[in-house]
Amino acid sequence: MADTAKPKGGTARASASRRRGRKDTSPGLGDEKPEVLLDYYRQMVFVRQFEQRTGQAYTQARIGGYCHLNLGEEATVVGLMTALQERDYLFTNYRDHGYAIGKGMDPKRVMAELYGRSDGVSKGWGGSMHMYDTETRMLGGYGIVGGQLPLATGAALAISYRGGDEVVMCQMGDGTTNIGAWHESLNIAKLWNLPIVFVVINNFTGMGTTVEMSSAEPDLYKRGAAFRIEGERVDGRDVLAVRDTASRLIERARTEQTPFLLEAWSYRQKGHSVVDPAKYRTEEQRDEARSEENDPIRIFGEKLAKAGLLTDEQRDEINASVKAEVAEAADFAENSPHPDVSTLFDYTYASPVPNESRRMPADPVFAE
Amino acid sequence: MSVITYRQALRDTLRAEMVRDENVLVMGEEIGVFEGSYKITEGLLKEFGPRRVKDTPIAEEGFVGAAIGAAMLGLRPVVELMTINFSLIAIDQIINHAAKIYGMFGGQTSVPMVIRTPGGGGQQLGATHSQNIELFYSFIPGLKVMAPSTPAEASSMLRAAIRDDDPVLFLENLGLYNSKGEVPEGYAEPSNDNVATIGRAGVTREGSDITLIGYSRMAMVATQVAEKLAEEDISVEVVDLRSLRPLDRQTFVDSVKKTGAAVICEDDWLTYGIGAEIAASIQEGAFDYLDAPVRRVAMAEVPMPYAKPLETAALPSVESISTAIKETLSAVGKRVG
Ligand SMILES: Cc1ncc(C[n+]2csc(CCOP(=O)(O)OP(=O)(O)O)c2C)c(N)n1
Repeated sequence: MADTAKPKGGTARASASRRRGRKDTSPGLGDEKPEVLLDYYRQMVFVRQFEQRTGQAYTQARIGGYCHLNLGEEATVVGLMTALQERDYLFTNYRDHGYAIGKGMDPKRVMAELYGRSDGVSKGWGGSMHMYDTETRMLGGYGIVGGQLPLATGAALAISYRGGDEVVMCQMGDGTTNIGAWHESLNIAKLWNLPIVFVVINNFTGMGTTVEMSSAEPDLYKRGAAFRIEGERVDGRDVLAVRDTASRLIERARTEQTPFLLEAWSYRQKGHSVVDPAKYRTEEQRDEARSEENDPIRIFGEKLAKAGLLTDEQRDEINASVKAEVAEAADFAENSPHPDVSTLFDYTYASPVPNESRRMPADPVFAE
Repeated sequence: MSVITYRQALRDTLRAEMVRDENVLVMGEEIGVFEGSYKITEGLLKEFGPRRVKDTPIAEEGFVGAAIGAAMLGLRPVVELMTINFSLIAIDQIINHAAKIYGMFGGQTSVPMVIRTPGGGGQQLGATHSQNIELFYSFIPGLKVMAPSTPAEASSMLRAAIRDDDPVLFLENLGLYNSKGEVPEGYAEPSNDNVATIGRAGVTREGSDITLIGYSRMAMVATQVAEKLAEEDISVEVVDLRSLRPLDRQTFVDSVKKTGAAVICEDDWLTYGIGAEIAASIQEGAFDYLDAPVRRVAMAEVPMPYAKPLETAALPSVESISTAIKETLSAVGKRVG
């Protein structure tokens, strides 16, 4: 069920306490099979531990560049990815590790990409922000805020052009909804009746700027209205609510050939990136983001436990086996070779070019 | 051989490629119902329908990006940007995405698309509508930038651009659309495979005294200069760059080795411009052969004025280029007519 709780606008502080005061309105576990529920739980734990390990490796300088994690957003990630069918396509922003794994990419190769190694999903050319895999139809993490929206719209155009029945999901953050590409893409998607679901992960901040500071209409799911795109909001802490809402919109996009907008409230536990101590957050905001009450894994784990589906031993067992698997991914990455420098010029053009200046720094343009 | 306009060559070739390949579609502002601001897409909507001829909203970033995404899934969109000036709205999609997607994902997906767009001054369109900013795109690895100067080039190069697996900026020039030239028989046949090699410059006129290098409209002007100076017994070799990235340095460097002198003419601003790259390449590749410093004739470095005499003065002309050639030759004591 979609949670359509309506914040009244106003200051960041006011809305933060409003959110915190919110009761968990999720519908429980429904009649979902225990093994499916446990699998979701395991996937969420996997994303959590993978990201923790990633943060560690980053701090040890095993991983370079920027590094944006999904910590706290695991229910949203897993809910969205289990709603998306294998044949459907995914575009994300730079906060993409969890999505890449959720879409079916091999975590070992995701980790190898973070390490910049040749077994990485993008052969070490992309890094944290640019996971890509044709096979599992994860069509990329993108580092320019909003840059993925026109691309995802175009992918949906190609599907529609060919009369296919795939759907594109385009993930983004709340801060993305104010950039030109957002407006242009939603408009085009509706004009051309494209099968795409735009998903806004509302973690209430783009870096340090709150939604209320950046969006004149902070109820983001309403902002499709200008384009006659139906929007819904879901509690992103609730994996089943996310899955069900997303599935429903995905199937409607598929059958009705029209775009939808989904906003998922989610809690980014840490700073914007690994190195960001999030000093801009007030104590209240920090508590809110990290509170047990908002931790999707704890919420789901307790529900499962109450329903007698997850014992303490099972939880420990899942934690331990995930830990081993994540360690294996890190080992794999550690041992994967660095890309050979001789491949430096391999990926500039898909069609070969004559006369391309393939020179290393300081080489002459015209070698005799 | 028949003689047709540059516009006609583009239109017929575009149509032929759409007949040949179902994956080719055209997108842009006013290209369907309006049949194109410059009528390159005339008749296409009637023939192919709105599925393959897509009128877009005025949202350059949105539809250029959509073409990129569609290309990632194997379509071959040919986007028309009304003029290159508006490509600035889409520059993030072109530079950060079209150019990078093949590389940053380790070669897993390419972006087989074409952006056709006219540019250039001389039409009294003022500062924001008279620019040649191909430099921005020529600077970027991952993009290919083509700038044909004749109807025959327009045809074989557009065919090459559409069939190429990389994103191609295909630069037209308002001053060329009505220019005429010979095209080979069958140029408009879907089965035609007269496909230019992207990244090959051409020596379009042989000469022995000096090399004159240009592209797009300036390659056409360069030919006029050479014809005029021939009457004064100055033998000018003309090199048409045709492609700005990849850049065929060898062809113009070989020509300079032969003539010993070079003038570059370009329709854009001088400082940091394409002529600067050409001059540097000549210096690296043919320094020992040069009898005189390389000269560049470019647009005046001002925002383009509207008033006709000012605009005319701002643009390189047959006269200003001829003068530069004569001065270069006299500097080394070569005869100057
Ligand atoms: C066009 C652009 N402007 C600025 C940035 C720098 N930047 C990177 S992430 C970010 C915040 C985006 O926030 P949001 O869209 O809410 O996504 P989240 O980080 O919450 O996933 C900014 C400003 C960028 N990458 N691209």
